[in-house]
Amino acid sequence: MTDLADLTIARAASGLRTGEFTAADLLEAVMRRATMTEAQLHAYLTLDHEGAATAAEEADRAFAAGQDHGLLQGIPIALKDNMCTRGVETTASSKILSGWVPPYDATAVARLRAAGAVITGKTNMDEFAMGSSTENSAFGETRNPWDTDRVPGGSSGGSAVAVAAGSAFGAFGSDTGGSIRQPAALTGVVGMKPTYGLVSRYGLIAFASSLDQIGPFARTVEDVVLLLEAVAGFDALDSTSIDEPTPGFGDALRTGVEGVRVGVVTELMGEGIDPEVRAAVQATVDRLADAGAAVGEVSLPSSEHALSAYYLIAPAECSSNLARFDGVRYGHRSSIEGTTEDMMSHSRAEGFGPEVIRRILLGTYALSAGYYDAFYGQAQKVRTLVRRDFEEAYADYDVLVSPTSPTTAFPVGERAQDPLAMYLSDVCTIPSNLSGDPSISVPVGVDADGLPVGFQIMAPALGEQVLFQVAAEVERLVDFQDRARLATSDEVKP
Amino acid sequence: MKPGWEAVIGVETHVELSTRSKMFCRCPVDVDAAPNTACCPVCLALPGALPVPNEQAIEDIVKIGLALDCAINERSLFYRKNYFYPDLPKNYQISQYTFPVCEHGSIEIEAEDGPVTVGITRVHMEEDTGKSTHVGDGGGRIHDADHTLLDFNRAGVPLVEIVTEPDLRTPEQARAYGSELQRIVLALGVSDAKLEAGSMRFDVNVSVRRTGDPEFGTRTETKNVNSLRSLQRVVAFEIDRQVELIEAGGSVTQETRHWNEETAQTAAMRSKEESEDYRYFQDPDLLPLEVSEPWRDAILASLPELPADRRARYVEAGADAAAAELLADSRGLSSRFEEAVAAGANARTVAIWLTGDVVAHLRRIDGDIDATVLSGDHLAELSAMVEAGELSSSAAKDVLTATIDGEGSPRDIAEAKDLMQVSDVGEIEVAVDAVLAANADAVAKIADGDMKPMGFLIGQVMRETGGKADPKVVQQLVRAKTQG
Repeated sequence: MTDLADLTIARAASGLRTGEFTAADLLEAVMRRATMTEAQLHAYLTLDHEGAATAAEEADRAFAAGQDHGLLQGIPIALKDNMCTRGVETTASSKILSGWVPPYDATAVARLRAAGAVITGKTNMDEFAMGSSTENSAFGETRNPWDTDRVPGGSSGGSAVAVAAGSAFGAFGSDTGGSIRQPAALTGVVGMKPTYGLVSRYGLIAFASSLDQIGPFARTVEDVVLLLEAVAGFDALDSTSIDEPTPGFGDALRTGVEGVRVGVVTELMGEGIDPEVRAAVQATVDRLADAGAAVGEVSLPSSEHALSAYYLIAPAECSSNLARFDGVRYGHRSSIEGTTEDMMSHSRAEGFGPEVIRRILLGTYALSAGYYDAFYGQAQKVRTLVRRDFEEAYADYDVLVSPTSPTTAFPVGERAQDPLAMYLSDVCTIPSNLSGDPSISVPVGVDADGLPVGFQIMAPALGEQVLFQVAAEVERLVDFQDRARLATSDEVKP
Repeated sequence: MKPGWEAVIGVETHVELSTRSKMFCRCPVDVDAAPNTACCPVCLALPGALPVPNEQAIEDIVKIGLALDCAINERSLFYRKNYFYPDLPKNYQISQYTFPVCEHGSIEIEAEDGPVTVGITRVHMEEDTGKSTHVGDGGGRIHDADHTLLDFNRAGVPLVEIVTEPDLRTPEQARAYGSELQRIVLALGVSDAKLEAGSMRFDVNVSVRRTGDPEFGTRTETKNVNSLRSLQRVVAFEIDRQVELIEAGGSVTQETRHWNEETAQTAAMRSKEESEDYRYFQDPDLLPLEVSEPWRDAILASLPELPADRRARYVEAGADAAAAELLADSRGLSSRFEEAVAAGANARTVAIWLTGDVVAHLRRIDGDIDATVLSGDHLAELSAMVEAGELSSSAAKDVLTATIDGEGSPRDIAEAKDLMQVSDVGEIEVAVDAVLAANADAVAKIADGDMKPMGFLIGQVMRETGGKADPKVVQQLVRAKTQG
């Protein structure tokens, strides 16, 4: 018998329509799963029992009335805690926003609600999305369900874990340097960063505006497509939103990879990549070749500087984006008396965690008079070079592939005191953020410790079709049996 | 200015646009609404909120740029100017740095010492801050305040900054520049440009140097000057202060100063130990701003007549320069002037009436011209009567005020008040003959070459005709009949 909480979204959506079960049943299943697992995993910061119950009732009423707002109607979905949810506390895992309740919904959230999705709650993350392990949360770390002594990756670790553990059918996170794909890889689920501008950033608490992008987590590529389709598309409230009609992506899932040109990025298959990870990725590449893909090797020479450029650009933008947290209008205000300046300065010192402070200082420095050209200016040039590398690579290849993360899930605490080691976790994912291109992580196996390995597929801007086409084929070829008790069978426990 | 010295002056002007909504959100521009009611997540800088530019504001700044003869950048960039201040919600201001919307313009001003061309370095788009009210014993100054009240209604109101080259040389020129800029902004209809309300305000940079010295001296910047009179006084004060300082062996410190209206002095603002580093960088939330050539051309075609062009046109029509300026500055006066001239009135006469008698009468009755019935047609009718000799110029003034007071059309009033002038020679001759007959002594004196009684006789004829005779005709007849 399969627990309802382990169904795919596609399977659950069909069951809702045949009357096999109700939205209330689905919600009850994920909440029961949360009750079982949260003490150990801590995927959620807030479980919105009441709001979710109301949304599930509404979905069931809609089904009863013959109203269908799309395949997410009645499906329990979790949201990273940096997405503003009207009436539900939103903290970005920071003490400085503890207790803050947004008066508005992020555009992506509003679209999910309009589609009838049931929002289960807000998931844990690295504070302001700064981190790769979900250890930098002011409210305690999240643990990996595959091995609770290990991190789930980050910064969207809570969303990844909710999906892996079955306390949500799907989830949304944000990806600035790999914050969706890397935790997806470390928890054995599918995680996707769309083309920059495809999903509105309005209502996403900004870390680095030119890199941030909201994207979905799910247990299958098909589910990821369903989630993305619900939130993608132009939004007048985000000036960087792409003003073009968004095509449906579902057709790409069954076309196979015959003749698709797949480039393996040599720089991301060598030194610094765990041999077991490399082997799993190579095995997947071989299967793609067997399935008819034209596989070759491709070099992204600037990628060796991408990490350094990223760790200047992202902190520079964050130093300005996070300036608004000053204790004046909302959030934590220090009780220390003094001048207005003292108040702002103490509120920030008390409200921000050490990694956030480190990045604000780094970014402030990088933008300072006399240093701008050497740091921020130079980093922007590297960004241009990275884009050029990708453009050249895409002249010969339809997609590029690599490991998602250099290693599988690492032990809690291992990199917490070593920022540089932590930053290296993002080495494979950062280039796509710098270029603004879409990228996805699909689980392709486990290492000797039984920990999942993620396979990254990258495509040119707005190349979501080919990205999903290859991802779906990888999923079929690999048939990731070890993934979280996933069931698509008809045998379900109502 | 003290001989041997020259001042170098540049002005930065902030103009709040009077668009319906704010620069980067759709909140209404309503700074006088109850505090913090004209706000939303964007202008309060709530987490996650994003800016979207206001197209009308872009059109307005392009108008200003075109009126100032600027080049309009087809692609301009928004930057973040980072600094912490409680009434700056994001703790950065969205502004422009490299590639502002408008650059390299100029403006011609008329100062007492002749026309001056003032270069416009740039005209850029930014957003206003909220308003701080410091409460406590300090009389509104932050360092003595007990607490501060914040109102974010003004936060995000579109603000245009207009920066001149250091081309101004005297306090009078600075004022003339400020005044002409205000006229242009008002003519464009993009702002109410109220200096006293702060919707237009000046930051003025002043330095001095010895005449002939090619190097600039060290400048000071006096911020938030809020009247044209103060602009002139600030510059005059700074020039004197700096010259005195240097002559006494001291040197000018580069600093920001503020103007105290009561003491009529500038004083250094509390300066931070380090100079402010705004860490400008391109705003990643906003795409480059595109002003296409067709859009720019459409805006150019929609520009109203500019004040300088209007003044020139009025002078050409016959108004004198001073009257032309007064007319061009007032929508109410200029519209009536134009109507009257279009209806065939004598431009010079109507200009004098409007800027002299009409303005004086309105002041007396404390009225607004648009609240009166006075029309351009009235003025044209009155002008025609004077031209035809039907009305004396002094009677015309009486008719004019009565028209303003709503007593009727000029002709009706003149007839009702029996002010129509007699120009008929035959009718006047009868009166002249009667007066001459009754004043034989005077006539005799004139015949002897003593011209003194002439005025007396003319006066007698005017009295005989009840003041309605055309004085020119009377004079001619009396002369002819007495001098043979």
